[in-house]
Amino acid sequence: MKKLFALLLAMAMCFALLTGCGSSKETADDVNAEPAATEDAQEETPAEGEDAQEETPAEGEDAQEETPAEGGLTVADGVLTMGTNAAFPPYEFYDGDTIVGIDAEIAAAIAEKLGLELQIVDMDFGSIITAVQTGKIDIGMAGMTVTEERLQNVNFSTSYATGIQVVIVTEDSEIASVDDIAAKVDAGEDLLIGCQEATTGAIYATGDFGDDHVITYPNGATAVQALQKGKVDCVIIDNQPALNFVAANDGLVILDTEYVTEDYAIAISKDNEELLNQINAALDELIADGTVQEILDKYIVAE
Amino acid sequence: MEKLIEVLKLGIYQTFILKDNYQYFVRGVGITLQVTLFSLIFGLILGVLVAIIRSAHDQQPENRRNPVLGFFNVLAKIYLTVIRGTPTMVQLLIMWFVIWAGTRSSEANLIRCAVLTFGINSGAYVAEIVRSGIMSIDKGQMEAGRSVGLSYAQAMRFVVIPQAFKNVLPALGNEMITLLKETSIVTVIGLKDLTKGAMIIQGNTYQALVPFFAIAIIYLVMVLLLTWVMGKVERRLRESDLR
Repeated sequence: MKKLFALLLAMAMCFALLTGCGSSKETADDVNAEPAATEDAQEETPAEGEDAQEETPAEGEDAQEETPAEGGLTVADGVLTMGTNAAFPPYEFYDGDTIVGIDAEIAAAIAEKLGLELQIVDMDFGSIITAVQTGKIDIGMAGMTVTEERLQNVNFSTSYATGIQVVIVTEDSEIASVDDIAAKVDAGEDLLIGCQEATTGAIYATGDFGDDHVITYPNGATAVQALQKGKVDCVIIDNQPALNFVAANDGLVILDTEYVTEDYAIAISKDNEELLNQINAALDELIADGTVQEILDKYIVAE
Repeated sequence: MEKLIEVLKLGIYQTFILKDNYQYFVRGVGITLQVTLFSLIFGLILGVLVAIIRSAHDQQPENRRNPVLGFFNVLAKIYLTVIRGTPTMVQLLIMWFVIWAGTRSSEANLIRCAVLTFGINSGAYVAEIVRSGIMSIDKGQMEAGRSVGLSYAQAMRFVVIPQAFKNVLPALGNEMITLLKETSIVTVIGLKDLTKGAMIIQGNTYQALVPFFAIAIIYLVMVLLLTWVMGKVERRLRESDLR
């Protein structure tokens, strides 16, 4: 009994420590926030050019309202830091040492509109959102899909691309359509679906076919590897990387039936409404003038 | 402060209650404990065997060395070098994607692979811990045992090992704790252990604080229990010291 009490006390202390840290950090931010925000606003005004006149008054108001709650527009002054998982061609992948792809180019275009310098950080897909929430990076861009549950924890920009979840199988597979998967699962067969951790593919598959049939891997390439070795029966993943994987590996095919279609958007911290508004404004312009479509066409070659 | 409570409320709701998410933790603890327990047993057996070979070889007189023992000693040394010299995650990936290529990703297979990998890995560390224990016992103990008529095996069994065991217990407990926590890397091969549960919830909800703190606390409690058990065992063994 004594031990149990000690244990509870220890846990309570952990929590106290945690909340203690949280609030003291907030206070620290408050102190730093004011000068940083003012600097930012001043720096950006000349750089924005045409938009400057329209946006400056709005920004001024916002800045005043928000100053007590948070720091500058971006984590680092004058730099738009983007977090991504560069193993997702053609949205983001390595070309030598640099990360290129649809997301990288769209982010560069947005950064140019906002007069910021773009910096791309490569990390685990699952860590991107945490990094956004904790203010380590400004935006998360990695072919991220908007869902209700996620919207409660992070803001999403306007959607800039449409993603399709498809099914990859081996050429000699018995699975010929998405319905076959459902039929086999319903029949109680030992069917395994490989997915990438924390992706919507994994979420939908778990919802539709149950947790026991879904095996998640840290990245898409590992899931495809598992499919090739016969560890799983099919892989559910976004269409574009699927095309690349199938092209790079013999004996794999993509099923004709699509599993799910979804919208990709940029994730931004809930604490930074201002950045969300600015990015949405920039993104809307880029969509309107065809830049986004151009970038998409450049990487996605119609079959 | 109010905002923090709001965030925590949402976090706790999404982490545990929504879609019965708490099930991920319950099942995850089961998997983590299974993998840890079987790896521990496997690692302990392997480690003690290797330690006996290594220390028996090293304790021979210089000029009369047994060649058979020498051969096994070399094998043991290679095993220790390779296993201690490569990351556990790499060993796990090699075991699953190279050595066990072609096996289905069923939960039973995944657990078997994890137990084998962690058992072999832990065995290497246990071997050195146990060897340090055997070597720490004064040579005179063995000599005294032999001079009262015990055979080598008997002297080992009744004189050296009991004392050595007591010496290595703290280090062994340490290895067990390390192993328990290290099993969290089984997520890379797709086994749904405790850590994977938190990762799945994070992927569904983009909620990081609560799931990860929850598993941190669960791991902590498991380690506390293990420490408590080891403390009990140590105390019992120490009773014979008080004469």
